[in-house]
Parts: sequence; structure tokens; C-alpha cells
Amino acid sequence: MSQRAPWEEQRKLLVKLEEETDPALGCPPTKRPQHLRFGLINVDKPSGPSSHEVVAWVKRMLRLKHAGHGGTLETFTRSEQSDGHGRASSSP
Amino acid sequence: MVTGVLPLALEDATKTIQAFLLTGKEYVCLMALHGDVEEKKVREVLDEFVGDILQRPPVRAAVRRDVRKRRIYYIRDVEIDAREVLFRVGCQAGTYIRKLVYDVGEVLGVGAHMRELRRTRAGSFTEEGSLTLYDLMQLSEAGSDQKEAIARRMVKPMEAAFEYVPRIYIRDSAVSSICHGAELAVPGVVRFSEGIVPKMSIALFTLKDELVALSKALMSSEQMLKEDHGIAAKTVRVIMPVETYPRLWKTKTVTVPAQS
Repeated sequence: MSQRAPWEEQRKLLVKLEEETDPALGCPPTKRPQHLRFGLINVDKPSGPSSHEVVAWVKRMLRLKHAGHGGTLETFTRSEQSDGHGRASSSP
Repeated sequence: MVTGVLPLALEDATKTIQAFLLTGKEYVCLMALHGDVEEKKVREVLDEFVGDILQRPPVRAAVRRDVRKRRIYYIRDVEIDAREVLFRVGCQAGTYIRKLVYDVGEVLGVGAHMRELRRTRAGSFTEEGSLTLYDLMQLSEAGSDQKEAIARRMVKPMEAAFEYVPRIYIRDSAVSSICHGAELAVPGVVRFSEGIVPKMSIALFTLKDELVALSKALMSSEQMLKEDHGIAAKTVRVIMPVETYPRLWKTKTVTVPAQS
């Protein structure tokens, strides 16, 4: 793995063979009719609800069967919530 | 409090989550020092934390508390105001920033804690393109005539999460067998990212840029270029529905001898 962040790195494509795709098969992602079924939403999580609660809300709002999030953004536990006083009671 | 970019996968795209849990993250962090330290010293110590660090997950963590190696890609935009230090950090998935701040405090000798944290990037998702819960409410409350247009604007195809994931583009004729769980053989390979090494997590795409499956590479990019046959990648998770591309391989017909 390189020292640089993946988004600051250019990865070239190597070509093994020249090949065409049949336009009758499949569908480019941006033209896909079922965009919710294979979709992602980039949510700006507010402070307060947990990542899981945000997923549950969005699921209900959009009437989805399944949804999941990529990477928990922790909410502070109770002992850490009151900034300043909390430090004494929180673990390191 | 912790806020910021939280990518959500919907319906069938939920299967791709394991891939974007592994993507790098970027945060803006507000660190509070517990004593006075020279500005220069703070900057020096922050710089020392760039590169590979060893980190034991915090007591309250969702993972086993073994020391593990994590990479800090960069720490930049450092602003210091007395005991408050603001900085931007790019890191590998699974890095605990709360812990990083604590460790910086230990090295500085005065102690420190994380006051605020905001995630500004998760893989290819950045703050700029993110939607608030109010934006989403607008979508859920829209009439059926506008709903489609709004949803199209807000919902990205799952392929958007794979911008930085190494990949192999495969032939139309190989798609169906991959969807049935087969391994990818070299003759099905069309183009691929440079820098792939065996065991790397990669993604398989059609020539129309549709995600087919998540795979594990069995060959390096150099080998794939050179070899004429052999298995290039093992399918880990099929994402595309089986019926999307037609099945083109032949099955052996077994003739059962008539019993006499």
C-alpha cells in the first residue's frame, strides 16, 4: 500500500484486449431504471442520533426494505457528553 | 459531537457495504490540550503521527482491543489557538481519531482529548455532495410526479462508491458465470487497474461500468497482462442479479444409458 490517500492517487488502467459491449445487454448505472434498488445516499449526519438511528429514519422515510451505512460515526456516550466535567468520569 | 459524511446503501446495494467500510476517511478534528505547549512543538508532534501508527482501540469500541497498525495519510491545515488545536486528518479505515488525539496528548506530555469531530470524506463521498436529513424529507414528501426526478438527483448509483477501489473490467460473455459465483478466468479480462496484487480486494465491472461482484485478486496486474489462462480473481460477493446478462456457456449433457 502506498503512503498517499487513495483519493490523491492516480491508478492507471492496463488494457489486455480490445473488446466491445453489446448495447442490448445490461444498462449503464446512470440510466438504470431501478435507481433506488442499487443506490447510495451520501448523508450529512447531524449530531445527536447514532449512525444506526439515521439508517432507520431514512429507511422509514423512503420506505425501504434494506439499508446500511458505511462506517459508524460514534455518538458520545453519556459520560463524555458534558464536555469539561465529563472527563473525570470517562475512560481514557 | 460527531457529524459528517455517512454513506448509506439502499436495498440491493446494501451488499456492497463491506467494500466501502474499507475505504479511507478524512476528518476535521478539534483537539483540546490539557496544558500549555509551544505551537511549534504541537506541529512537530502532529507531523510525527503521519505514516504508520500503532493503535489500541478505545475501551468502548466495536472491535477487539488488539493493537493494530493504521496509516495516517496526512495531517494538515493545523490551526492553533492557545490550548485548542484544529486539524484535518486523512486516515485508513478503522483509525480511531479519539485515540489518536489521546496519544498526541501523551507525547506532548500534557494530555489531550477530542472535543469535536466531523467526517469530511469517506472514500469517494465528500462533504460537498452530502444531503441533510431535511433534504431527504423533501424527497419522501414529494408528490409522485416529482419524486422520480428528486430521487434521481439525490440517489447515486452504487458504482459511485468504488471510484478508488482497484478493478477489473470483464467481457459480456463472462458476466453471467460470475453472477453464478464462478471465478474469473484470464480470457474474461478486458482492462484492469495497475498495482493489483494477489489477495487484494477488488471489484469486477462490465464494459458498461456496471458493478458485477466484489472479488479477491489471485493474480497481480503484471501476471494478468502476461498470462493466457488461469484464474485471475475469486468471486466473494455477487451484486448483479443473475438474469442481467445471458448465460453463454454450454452445459455437458449427460446421456443416461437405457436400462435393459
